[in-house]
Amino acid sequence: MTWAPLIEVQDLTLRFGAITAFEGVSFDVSVGELFAVIGPNGAGKSSLFNALSRVYEPNAGSVRLDGRDFLRVRRDRLAALGVARSFQNLGIFPHLTALENVLVGRHHLMRSGIVRSGLGLAGREEQRHRAAAADALEFVGLACHADTEVQLLPYGHRKRVELARCLAMEPRVMLLDEPVAGMNAAERVDATRLVQRLRDERELTVVLVEHDMGMVMQVADRILVLDFGVPIAIGTPEQIQADERVIRAYLGEPFDEEAVAA
Amino acid sequence: MTEFLQLLFQGVSLGSTYALVALGFAVVYRSSGVINFAQGAMLLLGAYAVSWLAVDVGLSFALAVLAATVMLALAGAALHGLVLRRVVGQPTFVLVMITIGVGIAVTHGVEAAFGPDRRLLGDPWGAAAFEVGGVTINTVKVWGIAVTAAALGAYFAFDRYTRWGLAMQATAADEEATLSVGVPVRRVHACTWALAGALATLGGLFLAGFPGAPQPALGDAALRAFPAIVLGGLGSPVGAVVGGLLIGVVEVLTSGYAPDSLGTNFYAVAPYVAMIAILLVRPYGLFGARPVERV
Repeated sequence: MTWAPLIEVQDLTLRFGAITAFEGVSFDVSVGELFAVIGPNGAGKSSLFNALSRVYEPNAGSVRLDGRDFLRVRRDRLAALGVARSFQNLGIFPHLTALENVLVGRHHLMRSGIVRSGLGLAGREEQRHRAAAADALEFVGLACHADTEVQLLPYGHRKRVELARCLAMEPRVMLLDEPVAGMNAAERVDATRLVQRLRDERELTVVLVEHDMGMVMQVADRILVLDFGVPIAIGTPEQIQADERVIRAYLGEPFDEEAVAA
Repeated sequence: MTEFLQLLFQGVSLGSTYALVALGFAVVYRSSGVINFAQGAMLLLGAYAVSWLAVDVGLSFALAVLAATVMLALAGAALHGLVLRRVVGQPTFVLVMITIGVGIAVTHGVEAAFGPDRRLLGDPWGAAAFEVGGVTINTVKVWGIAVTAAALGAYFAFDRYTRWGLAMQATAADEEATLSVGVPVRRVHACTWALAGALATLGGLFLAGFPGAPQPALGDAALRAFPAIVLGGLGSPVGAVVGGLLIGVVEVLTSGYAPDSLGTNFYAVAPYVAMIAILLVRPYGLFGARPVERV
């Protein structure tokens, strides 16, 4: 690898009392990579995601972003460092329009106060922010719904509004928490394609946690597999698909016919 | 007809003050889910601050109002920064109990400092009035309506057109998501408490105008404005304003027209009757959002 890693996770461990959510998790993510974390139910994926997005305070280990201690940054400063995240159950603002939802994502980039042109006061800075927000909506294919209250949009569209907001934050890293969870087959295909385009067209670094094996195998450059809170494999989709321990974790021990017959 | 117009004017006047009080409740409830039972004490403190600055300190009345508004805004932000912020993550009930405690302490603190008697407000209007077509119009009430309209206009412009207004709406909808996009949510909360303090000053000021006066019982008006936020829809600023006006008009018209058989103080009950009637038809209030759940 010629590039220094953008994200370095080392020996990260999280416990809730006596219960270990995950331990000894280490991985690097380089610039422009799409890195996925998968695992069966209860493997610690969501806990790991929440530790990476600073919702949980890990008990041990370190996370570095561009060499900087990520775990010491105030949470409302993460956006300014270039970290955007999505939520498994959507983190959008239902009573605001799609465009307003996306504009909130540019809060940390705004200097003056005015964000809406209703007063006819649209200054140059405001126009820039509105253009960036409109561009993000365009990217996810929702330009036509810019002025629709998002609570009126179907689930798949609302997810896209959330991704557009992440994009409008002008991040370097996007953390996606189960981006296709709760979607029907068609929405799943759209969302998968969108995640691919974030990396390919916007050259974003993406870290995603996902339950859907098919989706991950299709988009990820590299995959980390967790089982009962312990990392059991890391590698390209091909390597992961061939990995004995992964197959065992997902399908259980192979059934030994001879042992039964004997 | 003249009597009706007279009562209507008084109702709108009282209602616009209730609207200010109710809006103070609504901004805090919307952003933090807390019904601020200290709002009454803040009204009281606001009225006394104006009275103290104008009468005792001797500032001009306009300057006294401005200074008192700033003081109360700072007091609201301080209440958040010094007390409420430290119990984040506790059940909302804990915060509500704290506001009740703060309300009692402030009310008695004011009474201890200024005594139990009515004070002078120090306003230039007093009981001055003029007449239009047989309807007596008190100058202080005209100012009350005008200042309320200006304050509400400023608030809604702030809410709609500034990035902090947008951040407040976002915080109200989903705090976790708002934090993730880089909005300092703590500062947003401090901002809403400051706003509640500023609104309380204006509300308290006009409650203490003629024929009222700064006196320890002034804070009870917050309880009278309470049906306004419930029937308007908790946490809806528009609902608070509409509810406030409605309650004011209902209260004054009832005091004028209710038959004696209902008792002499039925006007005090009427707002609650209106509230219950509206809740029977619209359980979440006139502008309240029915919680949407995925099934």
